[in-house]
Order: sequence, then structure tokens, then C-alpha cells
Amino acid sequence: MLKGSMGLIALGSLLLSGTAFAQEKIKVGVTATLEGTYTVLGEDGMRGFQTALNVLGKKVGDKELEFVVASTDATPDSAVRAVRKLIEQDKVQILLSPLSGDEGIAVKNFAKTKPELTFVNAASGAQETTYVDPAPNFFRYNMDGAQWQVGLGKYAYETKGYRKIATVGEDYSFIYTQVFGLVLEFCGAGGQVTNRQWVPLGTKDFASVIAALPDDVDAIYLGLGGADAVNFLNQYQQAGGKAHLMGGSIMIDQTILSSKGSAKNALIGTIAASGQADTWEDPGWQKFVKAYQDSFPENKRFPSPSLLATNYYDSTMALILALRQVNGDLSNNQAKLKEALAKIEIDAPNGKIKLDSNRQAIGTNFVTEVVDDGKGALFSKVVKVIPNVNQTLGYDPAVFAKIGLPSRTVPECKKY
Amino acid sequence: MSLLQSTQFRSDPAASATRRAFLRAWPDFQNPAAWIVALILVIMPLIASGFFLIEIFATTLILGVIALSLMFLAGYGGMVSLMQLTIAGFAGYMVAVFGVSGNANISLGWPWWLATPMALALATLFGTLGGALAVRTEGIYTIMITLAIGAAFYYFTNQNWAIFNGHTGINTVATPHFWGVDWRADIAFYYVTLGVAAICYFAVQYVSRAPFGLALQGVRDNSRRMAALGFNPNAHRIAAYAFAAFIAGLGGVLQVWNYRQISPGSVSVGACIDILIIAVVGGITRPIGPFIGAFIFVLLRTFALDVLIKFGLDGNRFRLLIGLGFLAIVFWSSDGVIGLWERWRQRNKSTATRRSGGHHG
Repeated sequence: MLKGSMGLIALGSLLLSGTAFAQEKIKVGVTATLEGTYTVLGEDGMRGFQTALNVLGKKVGDKELEFVVASTDATPDSAVRAVRKLIEQDKVQILLSPLSGDEGIAVKNFAKTKPELTFVNAASGAQETTYVDPAPNFFRYNMDGAQWQVGLGKYAYETKGYRKIATVGEDYSFIYTQVFGLVLEFCGAGGQVTNRQWVPLGTKDFASVIAALPDDVDAIYLGLGGADAVNFLNQYQQAGGKAHLMGGSIMIDQTILSSKGSAKNALIGTIAASGQADTWEDPGWQKFVKAYQDSFPENKRFPSPSLLATNYYDSTMALILALRQVNGDLSNNQAKLKEALAKIEIDAPNGKIKLDSNRQAIGTNFVTEVVDDGKGALFSKVVKVIPNVNQTLGYDPAVFAKIGLPSRTVPECKKY
Repeated sequence: MSLLQSTQFRSDPAASATRRAFLRAWPDFQNPAAWIVALILVIMPLIASGFFLIEIFATTLILGVIALSLMFLAGYGGMVSLMQLTIAGFAGYMVAVFGVSGNANISLGWPWWLATPMALALATLFGTLGGALAVRTEGIYTIMITLAIGAAFYYFTNQNWAIFNGHTGINTVATPHFWGVDWRADIAFYYVTLGVAAICYFAVQYVSRAPFGLALQGVRDNSRRMAALGFNPNAHRIAAYAFAAFIAGLGGVLQVWNYRQISPGSVSVGACIDILIIAVVGGITRPIGPFIGAFIFVLLRTFALDVLIKFGLDGNRFRLLIGLGFLAIVFWSSDGVIGLWERWRQRNKSTATRRSGGHHG
């Protein structure tokens, strides 16, 4: 017993000594969904993060950035646990987190309890995160799910001639936000959304969902991601589904388009909208794609970066550039860094990004169509580029507030 | 009831006899190891920093309390209930719903001293009702039915937006502030969890020796004979569920104060199984087992990733390490770490007696 208690005391003193050395480095905590349904998304996010470090380097003045990575599984509690571990155990000063929608809402709320630290959103895209009661130390350099759908509704109605659609989406905040953006625009143009189905995140059996899809619609909108999307496509093909499809931002993405098997072929010709388009001609984008491809061997990456890789790249880029502007000065509760982050405009690969007064990105959106490159690989081809998309989607803020927050049934299908 | 009980409650004028009875009822007070552990736990804030205090020790105590409720049911009642975490999560959700949180349209905004007893009462009711269902079954069927309750609750919280706020869960749950103390500040919160864990530990210890606990153990060992003696086995079992639900509810309240947020991930089926793992690894023969199990579980969960990376392995495989650790413990000792310890002590004792001959008397 004596031995045991001595061991405990030794352990205790070890813990104490670990916390008290001088800070030469700037410690940044990073979280990604490296477990669960969104594992593939988290892994590619980390590739985007790594690409940013390869391109920009880790030096800030005479200080060096040090990164600590923690894993989550897209649930809010896993995100809060990971962020707390990073702050309390690893003593990080800046957070690059999180990846998924509900994680974002939880981390934003958590950020308020640590007002001295800085949180840079990595990729999460729920509207509520920055629209409702935003945290002053939480910065988001990617657009939210609704902004990522801008252009899709009009394109579907006017160019494709769809009049009635149904939606299938995962039952959580990010997909609500995506459907919110789609419905506002599609119904605003005169279309009808007849049926909205919601499936729990991590659903494996879509049989009942597929059976309940209505026949009398022109297209079906899919707001799924990761393993859920692949499972749905497999079962949809086996069930002989042939409807026109429309896709959300993580549905029509390299995480799905380069999945194994033939199920993804159901997506050829699908129209979608997202914060990026794989085949955009812009030199900045092409340079980023090249940097991504050069950073990893071909079998350890996607043919082209996914939306998650791009988001992680942009967020890391904004953080490093802002840190360089203030020369790594984190004194006075990181006040200078926060100011620089709020003001910075970055020339991101997917278009210029600046922040609004809620520290939410205003950026460029892309309407795309899935094409086969002739060698069996699928890419999203750009159809339309829409610059300067803000969080209220061009609506007057007062009108936008009346629509309500995205949920299963909001917004109603009508013109606001 | 038994010899043990009658010695305990006989009023004896001799002070030494009372003392003996007391020590028999609370053997922990006699054990120097227990005193050392208690002392270390009390002065822990001097030893450990914020992270270790809360993320390791307070979390261990909270998970230990929830697993303790399972240990009580399984160890003394022979009922393996997989819904103990669900009850804890239910209590946590009720704290968030009745108390103050960031979701003003759901939370009723009651002060903590009203919301917490309400949450505990509802959690106890929930556990009692679940128990009343489960006692109709035995063995593996009890496991099945309680797992079903846990899974149903998980999917319900995931899809119900009116009360449980779906997958997003309820954020920014308020924690108690009174007497000028923020009870969620690291050190204060550690002592709250330590206090609650100690009360629960001693309550289980006491109940296990009280007439009710002895009758419960009788029901576990031979319910027919107990029924023939005039006991009502099902009533005892349901009462055990109620008691365990209250303990689990306490753990759940602490958990929601700890994370200030609750969402379906906190009550997932995986998390329910974690509680079973904790109890089994620690050992379900004694109330200390769940706390030991929780300590091992929390250490593995927190450090497995870092250990793997340190050895140059793929950090993504950290769940494998956790699984191997549990496999090893269960393989070498079917009654958990407690069993290992007991066997080790027995061996030491027998060699010591052999060596010292008749001195041991």
C-alpha cells in the first residue's frame, strides 16, 4: 500500500512539473472528426490543415507554432470534451475547432467560458453558431450551410425546370441550415418542396426512407454526408431509384465522389452548390489543388481537395496570417490577435473571405454539376460563381430575422 | 435477521462493544489504506492541477457514482441494468430543462435548488418505472430490456426537439452559485463531486448491511426461499432499482454541471456499455470497485491516444488499446481489479502466515 501511495504522489508531482515551463512556442489545438460517421471528412480536413502548414510554414516572427490534435465524433459532447482536454491538459492558447455543425454550436457556447482564448472555427457550418448570440472570441472563416446553397434553388427552377422537389437530410443543425438556404431560394422562385424527411446522423438502413420517397417530384435533394451518404446511394441504386438528384455541400464533395464502388455513379449530372467547385479555373484554386496533391501520395488523398480540406486550409491560413500581423503577440488576453482576426481579409483559394460584425464569413459560392472525367473519377464542374454571399443571404436583416431559425420545418415554402 | 445485524443493533453499555460494532459496520475505518486514499483524495487540489483535478479525478468520481448504482444492483441484487447511464442522462436533461440554460425556449429557468431535486425525483421515478418493468425478467432478459430502454431513450432524445432539443442538445447549462462561491470552479466542484461520491459510497455500504440490503442479497441468492419466508422479492428488487436510480441521478446531475451541456451523445448506447465495462473492470463485489474501474477507464480514454503516438503508432487506433486493456483485466480476473487485489493479498497473507508461524493469532 505504501508503495502504491508513493506512486500516486510521484504521479502527482510529475503532473505538476509538466505545466510550468516557459512558453517559447504558440500552442494551437486542432479538432477533427476522426471517429464515427464523419471520419473521412475529418481526415481530409486534417489534410487541408497540413497543406496550409506546408504552404505557409509554422513560423510566426521568432516563435514557432505547435499543434496538438484531438479527435471527435460529430457529437457536441465529444467536441466539448476534446476542446477541454486541449485547453486544460495541453495548455493550448488558440483553438482551431470544430468540424461539424452541432459541435460548432457547443464549442461556441464553451468559448464564452474562456473569453481570454481565441477560437477559430475549422469547418462547422450551422447558422446558429454565429447568428444567435455569437461569442466575441469565436471567428468563422467558412460560410454557413445556407450560404453554401445560394444559387442552387434558382438554377434548379430556372435552368433545370424543376417545379416540385422532396428533401432527405440528416437530422441536425448543419443540414437544417442547408435545407433552409435551398428552400428559401427555390420556393422564392416559385417551386414547391412537398416532403422533408429527416434521418438520424449515422443511419445505416435507408430502406424505409427510400420507400417513402414520393414519385410525383421532379428531383430529390440529398443533404447527407460521409458514411450516411454512401450507404444511402448504395441502397438507392439497389432499390432501382432513377430520380433526378440535387445535392448538399457535403453530399457533392470529394468525400463521396471518390468513394469506392459504383454507387457514386448515381450522382453524375446531379446539381449542387457549395463553397467550392473542383474544376474551377481560377489560378489561386488551381495552385491550392496542386499544393494539396503534392503534399500527400496519391493513394492517401482524394484526387482533389474536399470542402473540408478547403475549410481547414482557409481557417489555418487566416489564423497564421493574423498571427503574423501581430507578430505572435498574445498579451492582454490576445486582444491584438482578436482584432487582427476580425479585420483580416484573406485571399483564399475559393475566393476572397472577410468577416461581418458577428465574425462570420462573407465569401464566394459555387453552383456545380457532377461530371465524369472519362477515367471514372467524378468531379464537380462549376456552373455559376456568386461572390459576396453574406449570412442573411442578401435579405434585409429584419426580414431575415422573421423567417426564423433553421429547423425541420423552418422555413415554410413561400416567398419571404 | 442475521447474527451480524443483531450485534450491530443491540444496545450495549460497554463502550468497547459499541466501538466493535461500529467497526464491524464500517470496516473502512479500520483499514489504514482507506485512510490514506481518503487523505489523498481530500488534499488532491494541492497535488493535481486543473486538468487532472477535473478531467481525471472528478470525472472518475462521477462515472464511479453512476457505475456504483450498477454495482449495487448487480452485486447485491443480481440484476445487471444497462440503463443506469440513461437514468443519469435523464437527470442531467431534467436539470437542463427545469433549470437555466442557453436554450431559453426549452428551459424553464428554475433556480438550481428547485431544479436539482426535481430532476432527482423524476430520475428516481424513471428508474423505478424501468425497474418495475425489468424485474419481471431475469438474467440476460434484464440486460436486454434495460438496454432497450437505454437505446429507446437515446433515439428519442435524438429526434425530440420540443424537450430534448434533438441532436444539438442543450447548451450553456447554468451551474450553482451561492454563498459567494462558484461551485463549478475547479476546486469547489472537485469537493462537491468528492462529497457526493463519498455519501453514495457510504450509503451503498450501509444499505448493503441494513435489513433491506441483506434481504436483497437473500433475494439474489434464493428468491423462492425468501418468498417462502414472507419477503416480497419483486418489491425488494424494485426498491433496489429506486435506490440505484437516485444514485445514478446524482451522478447525472454532476455530469451535466461538469460539461455545462448535454446532448444525445451523452446517453448513447456506447456510453451505457461503458458504465458496464467500468463496473466489470473494477469488480462488482464491493462498492469501491466501480471507482477503481472508472479511474482505469478515464486514464485509458484520456491517454491512450498520446501513448500510441509516443510509440510511433497510428493514433487513430487508440480504441484498440482501450479494448486490449479491458480484455487483459477481464481475462486474468473475472471479478475485476478488486478480485486481482484480493487474490494478491490472500497470497501475501498465506506466505506471511507460513513464515511467521504461530505468531499470527
